[in-house]
Amino acid sequence: MMNILIILVAFLVVATLVQLLRVGELLSEVKNQDVNKVTEKDNKNQSMIMTIVGILFLASCVWQYFSWVHLMLPGATSEHGVTIDNLMAFTMILIIVVFILLHIVLFYFIYKYRKAADNDVAYYYPHNNKLELIWTIAPTIVLTVVILYGLSVWDQITNADTSKSEVIEVYGQQFKWDARYSGKDNTFGSHDYKLVQNCGICTSCLKDKPCTNALGIDLEDEASLDDKVTRELHLVVDKPVLLKFRSQDIIHSAFLPHFRVQMNCVPGMSTQFAFTPTKTTSEMKDQEGEDFEYVLLCNKICGVAHYNMQMKVVVETQEKYDAWLAEQNTLSEKLLTQK
Amino acid sequence: MSDHHNETFISKYIFSIDHKMIAKQFLITGMFMGIIGMLMSILFRLQLSNPGESFAVLEWFLGDKWAPGGILDPNMYLSLVTMHGTILVFWVLTAGLTGTFANFLIPLQIGARDMASGFINMLSYWFFFAATVVLLISLFVETGPASAGWTIYPPLSALPQAIPGSGLGQDLWLIAMTLFVVSSLLGGLNYIVTILNLRTKGMSMSRLPLTMWALLIVAILGVLSFPVLLSAALLLIFDRSFGTSFYLSDIVIGGEALHHTGGSPILFEHLFWFLGHPEVYIILLPALGIVSEIISVNSRKPIFGYKAMVVSLIAIAFLSFIVWGHHMFITGMDPFLGSVFTFTTLLIAIPSAVKVFNYLATLWKASIRFTPAMLFAIGFVSTFITGGLTGLILGDSALDINVHDTYFVVGHFHIVMGLSAIYGMFAGVYHWFPKMYGRMMNKKLGYIHFWVTFISAYGVFFPMHFLGLAGLPRRYYTNSAFPMFDGLSDINEIITFFAILGGLVQLLFVFNFFYSIFKGTKATENPWGSNTLEWTTPIERIHGNWPGEIPSVHRWAYDYSKPGAEKDFIPQTEPLKEGETEH
Repeated sequence: MMNILIILVAFLVVATLVQLLRVGELLSEVKNQDVNKVTEKDNKNQSMIMTIVGILFLASCVWQYFSWVHLMLPGATSEHGVTIDNLMAFTMILIIVVFILLHIVLFYFIYKYRKAADNDVAYYYPHNNKLELIWTIAPTIVLTVVILYGLSVWDQITNADTSKSEVIEVYGQQFKWDARYSGKDNTFGSHDYKLVQNCGICTSCLKDKPCTNALGIDLEDEASLDDKVTRELHLVVDKPVLLKFRSQDIIHSAFLPHFRVQMNCVPGMSTQFAFTPTKTTSEMKDQEGEDFEYVLLCNKICGVAHYNMQMKVVVETQEKYDAWLAEQNTLSEKLLTQK
Repeated sequence: MSDHHNETFISKYIFSIDHKMIAKQFLITGMFMGIIGMLMSILFRLQLSNPGESFAVLEWFLGDKWAPGGILDPNMYLSLVTMHGTILVFWVLTAGLTGTFANFLIPLQIGARDMASGFINMLSYWFFFAATVVLLISLFVETGPASAGWTIYPPLSALPQAIPGSGLGQDLWLIAMTLFVVSSLLGGLNYIVTILNLRTKGMSMSRLPLTMWALLIVAILGVLSFPVLLSAALLLIFDRSFGTSFYLSDIVIGGEALHHTGGSPILFEHLFWFLGHPEVYIILLPALGIVSEIISVNSRKPIFGYKAMVVSLIAIAFLSFIVWGHHMFITGMDPFLGSVFTFTTLLIAIPSAVKVFNYLATLWKASIRFTPAMLFAIGFVSTFITGGLTGLILGDSALDINVHDTYFVVGHFHIVMGLSAIYGMFAGVYHWFPKMYGRMMNKKLGYIHFWVTFISAYGVFFPMHFLGLAGLPRRYYTNSAFPMFDGLSDINEIITFFAILGGLVQLLFVFNFFYSIFKGTKATENPWGSNTLEWTTPIERIHGNWPGEIPSVHRWAYDYSKPGAEKDFIPQTEPLKEGETEH
C-alpha cells in the first residue's frame, strides 16, 4: 500500500512539473520571447545570488571553524608531533589565506563583470606573458618553501635516532591489537606465521586476555620465554620508543592520532615508527577531562568490525610502568598455567 | 558529399557507429549509474548520522538480509562504500564524462565526419555496457558485492575468509573492471588517432580548442596507465583463484595458515596507484577542458593564456605519472622515496595555480552571461581552488601521517575530483544539449539545480575536513565505538541532511534532461554565439555531421569580442581579414 502511494506521489510530482514547464513555455510564446534565453535580468539575479551565496559560504566556513575547533585533536603529545603541528599550522594559514583571497576575487569578478546591458563588450585580452610569468614564479617560490619545510620535518621523523629507544611490537589481527614487550633479555623471541595459534593451546584469547600464541612466537626459542604479550600498550613518558608493526592476516593501520603516529601493518613485512610521548595519561585527563584516554585505532579497512578495532594506550611515569609490566605474565609463566 | 544513410532502429539507436549516438549512450548509462551510486551514498549516510537506527528506506532497498529491521548490516555498509566509489570514479566520472564528451565533441570540434574507427568506437561502448551489467549483477550475489574499498587492497580483497564481499562479489568486480579497461583502451586509442589524423584543413594543433587538448591528453594518460591496472587485476585474479602468491605472504586467517609466501600487498598498491593517480587526472582534465571552453564562451572573452593553459595541462598530466607514492606514505615505504613523492606531488600545485589564475584573468573585464552551464563552470573554479589547496596538506608526507585515511581525505578528493568533475559534466551537458538533441534544457530548472547542488555539496564535504582533523577514520561503520568521537555527531547529521538534499535535486536534473529531449524549446544552430566548429553543423543531427563539405578553419577558437569585428564572436571558419593578426 505504502509503495503504491509513493509511486503515485512521485508520478503526480512529475506530472505537475511538466505542466508548470508547459505553462511557462506557452506564456513566453504568447509574449513572443524565448523562455530559455538568458536575459540581462537573469544575469543580474544570478550574479546577485552568487555574491550572496559566496559571502554566506565564506561566513559558514568561519562559523564551522569556531563551532567545531574544540572537537579537533588536542595539541600533539609527542616530540615529533609538535613539529608536525607547527608545519600544519604554517600550511593551514597559507591555504586559508589563499582560499579566502581567491574566492573573494572570484565572487567579485562574477558580480562586477556580468553582462548588464546589450551593448556591454568584454575586453579582448588573450594573454600577457609577463603576468603569466609572475603567477608561475610566485607559486613556485611559495611551493619551494613548503616543500623544503615539509621535507625537513619528514627527514627528522623518519631518521630519528632509535639506538636508545625501547622496542615494542604492535601486532594486528581481525579485529584486535596485541603488544609484545621483550622482557629482561631485551630480545624478542623469533616468530613464524605457521606457529600462530589463535584458539588452540590457550582458551584465554576469547576472554579478552592476551592469547598465548596469536603472534606466532617460537616457544622453542629461549628469547621468547620472558616476552610479555599484553592487550594494552603502556609507554613511558619522555622516553623514546620504537614501535614495530606486524599483521596476522590483512593490512591494518596502527593510528595513534594524539601522538601524530600512523603506520600500516602489512602481513609478511615488518614496519616501524619511532617517537617519544611527552604527556602522561593523567596529565591529559587534567587537560582534556576525566574521560580522556589515549587510543590506538585501526585506520585501514580490514573487515566487518574495522570500526571497533582498538587498543587502550597508557602513558605513565617510569615507576608506574615498571609496576604494571611486572604484573604481566611472561610467556613461560603462561605456558605453565595452561598445563 | 555526406555519409548520411537510412538506418534501421537497431543500427541507429543500439549498435550505432555514429559518434553522437555513442556519446549519448555513454551519457545515459553514466547518468543511470550516477543515480545508483548517489543512492548508495545516501543509504550509508543514514547509518553514519544515525548509527544503529532503523530506516524503512534501508529495508526497502536492501531487504531483510542486508538491513534486518531497517538497520544497515556492517558488511553491507562496506559494500555500499566500495560500490559507491567504484561506480562514481570509473563508471560516472571516467566513462560517463570522457565517454560522453570525447565521443561527442572530438569529431565535431576538429571537423571530422566521425571517429577514425566507428566500429571500434561502438565496441568501446558495448564493452562498457557489458562491464556495467556484470557490476550490477554483483549487487545481487549471495555473499554481497565487493567490499574491500574501491582500491581493493589485497589481502582483504583476495581472501573470502576475510570479508564476505571478497567472494563472488569480488570476482565479478574484477571481471567488470577488466571489461571496463578494454572499453577504455579501445575508446582512448580511437580518440588519440582521431585527434591527430582527422583534423580538418587549417585546424593546426595550436588552433585546437582546449577541450580537444584536454581530451587528447586524457586519452594518452588512459592508454598508458589502464593496462597497469589490468595487470594488477589479473595478478589478483591469479592469487584468488589459482593459488599464486603475488600479493600474499605469511597469512593466518580463519584459523588456517595459508601456503602463500614471498608476495607483497604493497606491490598491488604500487600497481594500483600507478593507474590510480593518473586516473584522478583522467577524471579532472576533461572537466578542465570543458570549463575552459564554457567560461570563455560565456565571458565573451578569449581564454586567458591559451598556450599556458595547454602547457599546464601537459605538465599536470606528466607529473601525474610520478606522484602515485603519495597514497602510500605510511605503508612502510622507504622514507627517501617518500621525500621524492612529496616533492613531485607538491609541484603539481604550480600548473594548477596557473590554471586558476588564468580562469580569474578570463573573468576579469568580461561580459558574463549566466547560463546554467556557466554557473557550473564557476562552481568548478571554486571547488578546484578549495579542494586543490587541501592537497598541499595531504601531499606533504609529514602532514599526511595524521590525516591519512581520515575524513580529511574524503573531503579533499570529493571536492577537488568528485565535485569539480561532476560540475564539469553538468556544465557540459547544459552547454552541448542543444547540439545533442536540437532542443534547449529548461533554464529555470537549471538554475535551481545549480544552486541547491552548489550549496549542498559544500554542506556535505566542507565539514568533513573537521571530522578528519578530529582524527576520525574513513570507512567506519559507526564512530560510536570511541568516546573521543562522540562530539562529532552534530557534524554527521549536517552532512547527511545536505547529502539527501543534494541527492534529491539531482532528480530535478534528470527530469529536466528527459523532459527537454522531447518537449524542450527548439534550439537554434548556434544558441550561445560560440566559435567552435560543432556549432556550424545543422540542427538535424546527421551521420557525417556536415551535409556538404567539411568547413576549413582559419583562426583559433577564442576570438570573442575582438576589436574591429561586427559581432562579439568570430567562428573558426571565418577567414582572417586583411591586416588582421591571429591573436
